[in-house]
Amino acid sequence: MSVITLKKPVRIISSASVVGRHEHAGPLGGLFDFWDADDAFGMDTWEHAEAEMQRMALTFALNKYGADDRAIDAVFAGDLMNQCTSSSYGLLPFDIPYFGLYGACSTAVEGILLASLLIDGGHFSRIASVVSSHNCTAERQYRTPIEYGSLRAQTSQWTVTGAGAVILADGGDGAKVEKLLPGRTFDLGINDPADMGAAMAPAAADTLSRYFRETGTLPRDVGKIVTGDLGFRGYEMMVELMHREGYDVTNNYTDCGMLIYNREKADVHSGGSGCGCSAVVFASHFLRELNEGRLDSMLLIGTGALMSPLTVAQGDSIPAVAHLAKVVR
Amino acid sequence: MKTTKEEYKKLAKDNTPRSPVLRDCVFAFLFGGAICSVGQALLGLFKALGAEEETAKTLVPCTLIFITVWLTGFGIFDRIARYAGAGTLVPITGFANAVVSPAIDNKAEGWVPGVGTKIFSVAGPVILFGTLASVVWGVVYYVMTCVMK
Repeated sequence: MSVITLKKPVRIISSASVVGRHEHAGPLGGLFDFWDADDAFGMDTWEHAEAEMQRMALTFALNKYGADDRAIDAVFAGDLMNQCTSSSYGLLPFDIPYFGLYGACSTAVEGILLASLLIDGGHFSRIASVVSSHNCTAERQYRTPIEYGSLRAQTSQWTVTGAGAVILADGGDGAKVEKLLPGRTFDLGINDPADMGAAMAPAAADTLSRYFRETGTLPRDVGKIVTGDLGFRGYEMMVELMHREGYDVTNNYTDCGMLIYNREKADVHSGGSGCGCSAVVFASHFLRELNEGRLDSMLLIGTGALMSPLTVAQGDSIPAVAHLAKVVR
Repeated sequence: MKTTKEEYKKLAKDNTPRSPVLRDCVFAFLFGGAICSVGQALLGLFKALGAEEETAKTLVPCTLIFITVWLTGFGIFDRIARYAGAGTLVPITGFANAVVSPAIDNKAEGWVPGVGTKIFSVAGPVILFGTLASVVWGVVYYVMTCVMK
């Protein structure tokens, strides 16, 4: 698959982010549209709370755009839960054709990529892309009970409680999606579920190095290179892998998982992870940087680890995928 | 990609950030020691209150379990354990937390499919292999006592 240049840039006309208390306490805390002090969002279970975050994120994005759901042709949504129930239950109140996506933590960019292609193809005018993750639902499904007490590995990451929504359109104002590169699944043999940064870095390096090779550009030709949730550990591995591919990315490369928390204070070890990580950092921070002219262009790379608790228990290594979208001012 | 699977696994292994083993050991020693000291103090207290030796020895773990369950329920235990590590895991507190945390976690799924099914999801292996080990040791003990006669 080659780099796709859209015939006409697709605009990101609206965005919104909803987060939990730890994310609000982080360095980007003031940029999010809404945060909840007890992460429950007024709901009785964590699963309902995550669904509610998706509903709120899309509602805020629609309100900012000044439209109701009839103006949207389709919604692409995903999360980390079995059968993507946070998305389907959360978006139930909207009268919008629904497509469920699963790309683990790469889903935010997967949604932007697919939405841009469909708008570029001319069949859709406006598509919303919504993703979420919730620390407590993810802990329950993938790790140990929430209140179980144990030491965490230095390479482990903290699943972000957050939902991000973007609305893409064939016209209007806002940052433009210009180029896309779908990722290939990649597995370099990491099988530790507490080391997802290292498991996902090869997929991100594969996609990014292919992008540079195919476009004949270099890291310095773009404003920022941003991966979704490799964290501090994955960042190190990514820099080394890119170096081996012949590219030095140290000047303008960062990762959403490194930006969302205050590393020492929040005790998050290797940083943030989850679908919500790249979604809320992109929707709140980077889109603002682009729209307000502080950033010219960025490569947003959504990184997803595609394992399940079952495959981990059976000793399989962790495959990953990384999709790339070039977003410009 | 130029990096092979073997090269990458080695690269990832060589660059894995190390756990602060010394700090973890000191914390485990202090927290574990503190819990055991509390247990010893409770034993003295129950005996001073007039309990028989055997009764007092039963009351100590019951009290520690109660405190753990209470701290787990209020979301405090895991915050302590994040630093204490083996210090809270090894004494009876770790086992109590391992039983009660999945029970709390799965309350929303109901008493049977939730709490009933999942309550031993963490502690189950300890119960199974602990029971099995005691049976094996029982047989060894029986054989040894027969031989010693």
